[in-house]
Amino acid sequence: MEKVELEGICVSYGEHMVLRDLSLKIEPGQIIGIVGPSGCGKTTIARAICGFIKPQQGTIKIDGKTMFSHKDRVDIPPEQRHIGVVFQDYAIWPHLSVYDNIAYPLKKRGLPKEEISPRVHYALEQVNMVAYEKYMPSQLSGGQQQRVAIARALTSSSDFLIMDEPITNLDAKLREQMLVEIRILQQRLGTTIIYITHDQEAAMQLCDKIVILAPDGSIAQIGSDEEIIRNPANRFVFQFIGVSNFIPVVIDDGKAFFDLEKKIPYKSHIPGKMTGTKAMLGIRPMDIVFDEDSPVRATVAQAIFLGNMYNYFVRLPGMEIRVQQIAISENAKSYSEGQEVGLAFLEERYFEREDA
Amino acid sequence: MFSRAINRDLAHLEGKGGFSLDRLMIILCYVALITVVILPVFMILYYAFWDGTKIDIAMFKQVIFQKSNIRSMWNTLVIGVFSTALATAVGVFFAWLLGRSDIPMKGLMKFLFSIPFMIPPFLAAMSWDMMFSGRGGYVNKALMSLFNLTKAPFNINSVAGIIVIEVVYYFPFVYMQVVSALERMDPTLEESARIAGASQLYVIRRITLPLTIPAISSGMLLVLITSLSNYGIPAMLGYSQSIFTLPTMIVELMNRAGGSFEGIRQSAALSIVLVFIVSIALLVQRRLLTHGRYDIIKGKSMRPMLIKLRGAKYPLLAFSLLFLSLIVVAPIVMIILVSFVKAYGLPFLAKNLTLANFRRIFVGNIMVRDSVKNSLFLAFSAASFCLLLGTMLAYVIYKVKPKGGTALEMMAVLPYSLPGTVMAIGCILAWSGAFFGITLYNTIWIILVAYIARYLSYVLKSSSAALQQVHGSLEEAARSCGASHMQTLKDVTLPLIKPAMISGFFLVFLPCMRELTTSILLYGPKSRTLGVAIYQLRINGQIAPAAALSVVTITLIIICNNIVKAITRDKKRG
Repeated sequence: MEKVELEGICVSYGEHMVLRDLSLKIEPGQIIGIVGPSGCGKTTIARAICGFIKPQQGTIKIDGKTMFSHKDRVDIPPEQRHIGVVFQDYAIWPHLSVYDNIAYPLKKRGLPKEEISPRVHYALEQVNMVAYEKYMPSQLSGGQQQRVAIARALTSSSDFLIMDEPITNLDAKLREQMLVEIRILQQRLGTTIIYITHDQEAAMQLCDKIVILAPDGSIAQIGSDEEIIRNPANRFVFQFIGVSNFIPVVIDDGKAFFDLEKKIPYKSHIPGKMTGTKAMLGIRPMDIVFDEDSPVRATVAQAIFLGNMYNYFVRLPGMEIRVQQIAISENAKSYSEGQEVGLAFLEERYFEREDA
Repeated sequence: MFSRAINRDLAHLEGKGGFSLDRLMIILCYVALITVVILPVFMILYYAFWDGTKIDIAMFKQVIFQKSNIRSMWNTLVIGVFSTALATAVGVFFAWLLGRSDIPMKGLMKFLFSIPFMIPPFLAAMSWDMMFSGRGGYVNKALMSLFNLTKAPFNINSVAGIIVIEVVYYFPFVYMQVVSALERMDPTLEESARIAGASQLYVIRRITLPLTIPAISSGMLLVLITSLSNYGIPAMLGYSQSIFTLPTMIVELMNRAGGSFEGIRQSAALSIVLVFIVSIALLVQRRLLTHGRYDIIKGKSMRPMLIKLRGAKYPLLAFSLLFLSLIVVAPIVMIILVSFVKAYGLPFLAKNLTLANFRRIFVGNIMVRDSVKNSLFLAFSAASFCLLLGTMLAYVIYKVKPKGGTALEMMAVLPYSLPGTVMAIGCILAWSGAFFGITLYNTIWIILVAYIARYLSYVLKSSSAALQQVHGSLEEAARSCGASHMQTLKDVTLPLIKPAMISGFFLVFLPCMRELTTSILLYGPKSRTLGVAIYQLRINGQIAPAAALSVVTITLIIICNNIVKAITRDKKRG
């Protein structure tokens, strides 16, 4: 259980600035998810904490001890930072057996042989791989290799793990299972985990807290899954964590209009959440309902039945939006392509418009 | 679980301005390459254009326009062009036959093709000389008595003879390139032409051939470059008739000079001419390798449509087997036979056979015993050094990736494209007291330095190919597990590239065992190599003992070759 603090971290590769002035505090015993689109610097954060790259600015502290400080010229080498790391490609050494892979961190710390064996077995138990200690990595499946990687990371440090896309290379079913196992493991051992992924759903399922990185490497939002879903900090977060529609809107004469090819009034008052006269309305497909009384008229362009729900693409003048309806409720009704419908908008959000 | 004991010194060691392992390796690489590669090359330029006080181009001009030198340039070009053209024709023919036709016994033929690579070119030339020498070659004599001729029907000691032997020796280069291209070519390209109604010959001419042109031309240039810088074959066959090529002329000038400044300068100047000619060929090769690739040749293997030879099948098979056994088996048989004959020239009858040649070279001859010892020592130490330096270089270039990485790589592969003769001249100039008063000339060490420079790129290639397979995360995982940089190299990186390192070692060891081109210029009274010993025995007319020593050499090479195969096969199975 360890506290991890990053302060003012800047990393650039040549001209390209990957992380700018990043500060982050991770409480002990938490799983924190670092989520963002590819190329936003997620892995760079992990590599900086591990000591594989040297930031140009900032401080990194683990458990109150300075691991890196540009100002004080401290840069502890990776082998002395005592972090368990799980890599996306497993990074299991192919020339060593499962046992030797897991025992390696203990050997490097100079533990006597008789202490190594019980610890390796303990780690193998944690990941349900006891029967495989004599296997070579090439004899294991992807999921098994990833378990070995986790066991090795645990013997390296059961206090603080960094997992960089640990399940991306596994198939969907196994991913689900591994997520559950990682969660159980963490709760049992109280390990602090930094979990890096581009998959926001996995992060929400697993993590206590999620850090969403914007494409420019800055932090877009930090919060629990609920906070992020209920109160996305900005348009990027809203767009990143789920399917979304964006419609430009404008206020005119005390009414709210969709600002499309023609102005379509959709509210007879100024929405409370909106500021200014121009904005971008963001809404999830599930939050749009068909309402024959609505002044907003549209045509169904495409209707797809997904089993538990209908997925519609609906055409407004100059724009197509996505609408989803539950298909299994009593009053579920299906609409066919070409049909004219009225749309009502619930739970809409307002973001800044670029041309405002 | 573990206390975070932090070693301040170590932290600073890895920090800015510190002296890290990476930096140490980079510096070592630069020092080694500058010493081994750059100094000799620089010295050649220096001697060719510097007369001791000022830049001097007059001497260079004089060397270029000297009649005997022009003659040797002409010979080099003629031999290069003709042997390339013929070797290409033969190579493409066999590649097509084995890659695209249904000729039987392909396995046997493929094995025969690999044999010329095992026998050093000068040994092959020597054996051909024993058969077809104008003065008493065994085959010539047999033909003369058979047909009652008064003159030898063949004279291998001629430009034409040199060309023929180079063709025989080099056509497998073209064959290998083309056959692999044929194997990787999408067979549907040919099939669709047949379906569209094209005849067999039309398909070969308009589809198959154009698609393999990149492979053909790269094999062709390989032959051209090797031929231009080859020393062994023209030396063995041309020397007695005073037929010189540039490499043999350089050696001749060096020998005639007897250490005089002017003579050394002349061979340096001629070396530059040779390098110039070879680099034109290299530039063309580089252009061809980067441009003009057809994407239809894919990396994966496909089963090609085999062309039925029908009636031509068995005649072609007979011809191929005859040709291959003549050019591959005959020279070996000849050398073995001569090694057991009492005196060269005697017919191979039971009463003329003896083991005395073997006894003579091993018991009575210190020079020969020394040469076996020297060659083993040189091959072993050059291979070890190359292994160390080449692997370190590969690590620096592909893992550390310093700013000057490309420069390092270029320096390391430079000697590979320089003719061995030129490299040897450079070594003489650099290590005869020019730098820090170090004189290695006439010792075994100068040969070692030259071998390391020449063969370094072999290890660099095999090790870097393996290193590029070792993903960075494997090393980082070890660091995070508490291993220092050095321990990571020892525990993870090196074990993972071990098979490539072992084969890299033998890639250097084998050619060193049979080396002649550089050693002939660098040997001293006590540092003869196997190649030099054979060459000198042969030149001094001790042909039968030379053959005996050749048999010993070939045996050694075959043993080493099999060791490599055994090791690499074990690795694959494990």
